[in-house]
Amino acid sequence: MLDDVQGCCPYDDGDRLVAQRSVELILFRQLATSLAVPVFLVDEAGDLVFLNEAAEGLLGIRFDDIDELPLQEWSTGFRPHADDGSLLPPEETPLVMALRERRPCHQRLNITGIDGVDRSIEVTAFPLEGGRGRLIGAVAMFWEQHEG
Amino acid sequence: VRVTFWGTRGSIASPGPSTQGYGGNTACVQVTADDGTCLILDAGTGIRALGDALPSDAARIDILLSHLHMDHIQGLGFFGPFFTPGREVHVWGPPSATLDLRGRLSRYLSPPLFPVRLRDVESHLELHNAPAEPARIGAFEVSAATIIHPGPTVGYRITENGASMAYLSDHEPALGVEGFPIGPAWTSGHDLAAGVDVLVHDGQFSDTERQARVGWGHSSTVEAARFAHQAGAKRLVCFHHDPSHDDEAVDRLVETAAGAAPDVLVSGAREGVSLQV
Repeated sequence: MLDDVQGCCPYDDGDRLVAQRSVELILFRQLATSLAVPVFLVDEAGDLVFLNEAAEGLLGIRFDDIDELPLQEWSTGFRPHADDGSLLPPEETPLVMALRERRPCHQRLNITGIDGVDRSIEVTAFPLEGGRGRLIGAVAMFWEQHEG
Repeated sequence: VRVTFWGTRGSIASPGPSTQGYGGNTACVQVTADDGTCLILDAGTGIRALGDALPSDAARIDILLSHLHMDHIQGLGFFGPFFTPGREVHVWGPPSATLDLRGRLSRYLSPPLFPVRLRDVESHLELHNAPAEPARIGAFEVSAATIIHPGPTVGYRITENGASMAYLSDHEPALGVEGFPIGPAWTSGHDLAAGVDVLVHDGQFSDTERQARVGWGHSSTVEAARFAHQAGAKRLVCFHHDPSHDDEAVDRLVETAAGAAPDVLVSGAREGVSLQV
């Protein structure tokens, strides 16, 4: 949440308390909704909070089916791996690096979607810093690589 | 808590016979606690008359700016207490990543736009970033949060003894959203407005007008009503009336908004009118 006071009034969403997202995340989600490039949005803890339709196609999941996904689940669930098949630990994936090191990161890697399809992708990730320099989350944009 | 409207108009002052009902001065709202604590929300042209009406022995005046567009700061240069030696005036505004509040306000309060420099005002003036955490100002607890509007902009939530009001004067929470609203977590300003007794919210446009002005940072009265309904606000006061709207037009927009949120008491902000919260 922002270091303003957003989050001061969490609302009851069934069995859990949910706070309003920061305006920066809200605006980025709205932008992502209208983009054709796959976009993956995480909060300051690294938990997936949104992916757009293009990313749904690439990752083989629907946002409506998951709502949110903790860092540990999405960072391993898509099996990010190198060309030789070795798994990349979460801390070596661009989105986690962008978030933890607060710098942009670009990398080519392979993933296995929830639909079981292997894809070679390029990822550009960058941190989102809001007013007062507070880390809000991070964004990843994906480009699928096609052979030939 | 008493909420008094000294300026309700958006964009530019629009005095004249056709706007007498809702008023022609730009944004300025006074919030007064039972113990006399006085907050002033925005410094549009309405603040001039408020400055004249304030008791001369008021210990301290706090002006909470939502943002620095001209219709929200133009009255600063004509606010009497600003130029009264010894008066304690605190001005709060949204933080910027590039320039502090004094530097940004000085762009207006300096030649050639204004003859008196900010550094030359005679009151005891202190400038602050809008509080990052809920802050105590006299009897009030004040919270601020960034909301969707072009440039750094905050909304405020003000509480005292269980009474609460929120002020989101310039706000476009429906920007880029299909089927607004889409739930509290993804709605700008929700936390500020959640469950308040009175919500003063941008209602500049009709739905048709807003479709032609997407990205300008404002809401239709129907969007304001939907926002208020989702937030659980008890009362919505549509604010920041478009300068081209006469009283009849505002009446129609308020009526339309009321139909969109039957569980919320909807009205239009009228200059000179007070609400007891």
